[in-house]
Amino acid sequence: MSSLEADVLVIGGGSTGAGVARDAALRGFSTILVERRDLADGTTGRFHGLLHSGGRYAVKDPSAARECIAENRILRVTAADCVEDTGGLFVSTPWDDPEYGDQFLEGCRATDVPAEEIPVAEALRREPRVNPDIRRAFLVPDAALDPWKLVWGCARSAEAHGARILPYHRVLDLEMDGERVVGAHVRSERSGEEFGIHATVVINAAGAWAGQIADLAHCTVNVRAGMGLMIAMNHRLVHMCVNRCKRPSDGDILLPLRTACVIGTTDVFVPDPDQTEIRQEDIDLLLDEGEKLVPGFRQARALHAWAGVRPLFEDTAKVAETRDVTRSHALLDHSSREGVAGFLTITGGKTTTFRLMAEAAVDAACEQLGGPRPCRTAEVPLAGSESHELYQISHRLAAREPVPQAEEIICECELITRSRLEEAIKQRDTTSLDDIRRLLRLAMGPCQGGFCIYRATGILHQGGQVDQAGANQTLLDFLEERWKGVHPILHGDQLRQARLDDWIFQGILDVEHLPV
Amino acid sequence: MNDLIRDSLDHCVKCTICETHCPVSQVTPLFPGPKYVGPQAERYRGAGPSSDASVDYCSGCGICTQVCPQDVKIAEINSRARAKLWEKRGVPLRNQMIARPTVIGRLGTPVAPLANWALHNRAVRGMVQSMIGIHRDAPMPSFAGKTFQRRSRSHHGPTDAPAVVYFHGCGTNYYEPVLGEMMVAVLEHNGFRVIVPQQDCCGLPLQSNGNFPAARTYVRRLVDRLVPHARAGLPIVSNSTSCGLMLKREAHEILGIEDEDLKLVSESMYDVCEFLLRLHERGALRTDFGSLPLTVPYHAPCQQRGHGIGKPALDLLALVPDLDMIELDVDCCGIAGTYGLKKEKYEIAMAVGKRLFDDITATGSDLAACDSETCRWQIAHGTGVTAVHPIELLYRAYGLGASDPAGKHGTRPLAAVAAGPGTSERDTGSHD
Ligand SMILES: Cc1cc2nc3c(=O)[nH]c(=O)nc-3n(C[C@H](O)[C@H](O)[C@H](O)COP(=O)(O)OP(=O)(O)OC[C@H]3O[C@@H](n4cnc5c(N)ncnc54)[C@H](O)[C@@H]3O)c2cc1C
Repeated sequence: MSSLEADVLVIGGGSTGAGVARDAALRGFSTILVERRDLADGTTGRFHGLLHSGGRYAVKDPSAARECIAENRILRVTAADCVEDTGGLFVSTPWDDPEYGDQFLEGCRATDVPAEEIPVAEALRREPRVNPDIRRAFLVPDAALDPWKLVWGCARSAEAHGARILPYHRVLDLEMDGERVVGAHVRSERSGEEFGIHATVVINAAGAWAGQIADLAHCTVNVRAGMGLMIAMNHRLVHMCVNRCKRPSDGDILLPLRTACVIGTTDVFVPDPDQTEIRQEDIDLLLDEGEKLVPGFRQARALHAWAGVRPLFEDTAKVAETRDVTRSHALLDHSSREGVAGFLTITGGKTTTFRLMAEAAVDAACEQLGGPRPCRTAEVPLAGSESHELYQISHRLAAREPVPQAEEIICECELITRSRLEEAIKQRDTTSLDDIRRLLRLAMGPCQGGFCIYRATGILHQGGQVDQAGANQTLLDFLEERWKGVHPILHGDQLRQARLDDWIFQGILDVEHLPV
Repeated sequence: MNDLIRDSLDHCVKCTICETHCPVSQVTPLFPGPKYVGPQAERYRGAGPSSDASVDYCSGCGICTQVCPQDVKIAEINSRARAKLWEKRGVPLRNQMIARPTVIGRLGTPVAPLANWALHNRAVRGMVQSMIGIHRDAPMPSFAGKTFQRRSRSHHGPTDAPAVVYFHGCGTNYYEPVLGEMMVAVLEHNGFRVIVPQQDCCGLPLQSNGNFPAARTYVRRLVDRLVPHARAGLPIVSNSTSCGLMLKREAHEILGIEDEDLKLVSESMYDVCEFLLRLHERGALRTDFGSLPLTVPYHAPCQQRGHGIGKPALDLLALVPDLDMIELDVDCCGIAGTYGLKKEKYEIAMAVGKRLFDDITATGSDLAACDSETCRWQIAHGTGVTAVHPIELLYRAYGLGASDPAGKHGTRPLAAVAAGPGTSERDTGSHD
């Protein structure tokens, strides 16, 4: 590859970048997206999973609330396959001021977020595990959102409209022509090959890394990285997205995400978005908050912990608490800010509003690309969501009927069959099991890969994707990556599982001495 | 309570021990196995009904829960998933019918000869299979005509002896009243006065056919009948392993009934062999057994193992001179209550039972022993041998049948071995 050309070059393959690429492609621009790792391997693949109704922001940030509910309505239709209509419940626990409920209702009313107070008994009937001492309860249209399906759905849509999506391509430098950004110098992280991409407009959608990209054009983008921790529990302890009815703070949302449920989050400023360390005190904090929402939470089985970094845009001087920085997005046109043309930054915001962010960014790009073209992302469904059928938790189970033993299942927790796995390996053309994980949720269940990863490695090897040493390395890489999220929460049942997995990998497979 | 069943899935480490023991998944690809439908699939069951119809192929034998080293309530998870499935689809007529043995019993008893003819007539059974879905070859017991309840009204036992309460279940009442009389005889022989309260179905067949609300109604009604005796501190004995287990554990663990009365009844409930063995351990069992020179293979039914009491029948029968019991090492006969009656499951049930049938046949005995009624019918069906309750062997060893006028009981299962106890034709009761 010597060099590529496009109208629009998008940097960053999270929800924002993928949304921008899709929007630009739908408007007929030739588009290339580069992502230094895999798609949605940044903040988007590590977020909490809530398709906000806006309820959370109704009191504090009315404009964010309005954006959320509008986008929530759109995504239920255009990204149906990524959305599970769980519904949301705001509850006043004994630790929360029940009067806040009035402010909450008022805020929701003012921002067009449908909210309805229901009797406590009714709330407990719907969510029998929720703390029986709650004093008030409100229904809102929160939903669960699958980040990988969303980003890949955008990417596939963009590709269908001619875009090129290049994961594992890192931007090393921006190419300047005087005061104009005219492209980027990128390196394939797989082959090591370096080449240039020329573009009329470069859109920086690098999330918490947006500042690093802006630096390359000598522009300033102040994004602070607000690290947040989440813990996935083994099964759904709640069926709706359950929020504490109070001003947003730590550990106040427990939501069902696919087969698990996830408690989160925290918010700690970190100097480097690539350095996220899971602290024991944060784990304890989340488990304690979980216990307030669902008594017995600490006894339930925790599967995995992970952290993501919020891109918090900060245009002015210092802000002490990162949660007080705006969650609304920032679109920066560097020609008006620093006099650098052909370069836009879109950051901040949330996954819920990614489409809106993309629309704003591409609207701005249009100005430098010869005039406005209408945005179509609010109507055209994402790849995979054409049928407008909302995702349901039982989908994978239903797919195994009527003869469940008809096909070998490789990942039992996530019900992934051999053919589905082989298809995914082929489709992704990858040797990384982590890529497959993001596509299929391989190894994301209770045993965390204990039983499926050596099988999947064998299949990868069988298919000729990797040689023996490569297969061994793939296995080790995956185990090491998984372990990072498993060891911080090990106790009780998950500790037992880890012991069994350990016997398999150390005792039977002797992984530490695999020839690589 | 129900949450505790679901929560137990957290203990699953996917060791697969349950899968290696499941008798059903080994013989049919339609059932994905206990780990799959239990702790795995449960994670995919949200607030709504389950979409995996294959869970209905679980026979409910409960072996998975018994063998699980991590204490996952696998069979219980499946049982509840099945109930949710039927909640959505509506329980089919067939399942409604076979789940109500009292209703069938009441219908069949007055017209026993006709009903029995129909039950064993191939043309009728063919029609029943196509219209209702009960397999034409499935083992069906014969109506005894006069129920055990009726017979017991005219029985005059001792009046001043310590009392036990007899929970006989529907099988004894409608199909094997003679077994009930042997139970009474054996208990009286050991110095007890036997109280036979009025009783209906325990609800177990309704539970295993997924109709939890109706099952709860039945079990509550039964508990109401039994609880005064439990309150009086009397032991309740049963010769039906599955119905006994229902009262001991399942009504609470699976149906989720939280109830002081049920708890009292549960705590007073004994399998009859368990009860007699306890007597023996206290030195209170009569051991005046005569010689019984027989070799009899013994199958401990799945439900019996659910009691967690070992195999008391074998310990008791070891006391009988010259009786050689062969302990069979097969988990399940396949029938699992009403499972093997169903058109779509009959073949599976027979395939499950095949090893047991082969092992019994290999002993060359024309007699087998087993505690559960439906399992005895299945064994008889699968092997052609006579299958009896262990009590029947004890009864015979005590020599209790000797004084009875021969040939009184046309339905005598152990006709070749012993004559049945006498029953007076006088009938005072207007119960039933
Ligand atoms: C803990 C937590 C919980 C959250 N929960 C929710 C929620 O429930 N609901 C919600 O709507 N939002 C939530 N958010 C917010 C939401 O996750 C983010 O706003 C959103 O994911 C940001 O997407 P993005 O595409 O802008 O950034 P990212 O997903 O981080 O994408 C940026 C990409 O740029 C890539 N990149 C960086 N440098 C380079 C380079 N040199 N070359 C090429 N590529 C590069 C990165 O690898 C990364 O993949 C949460 C955030 C956090 C941290």
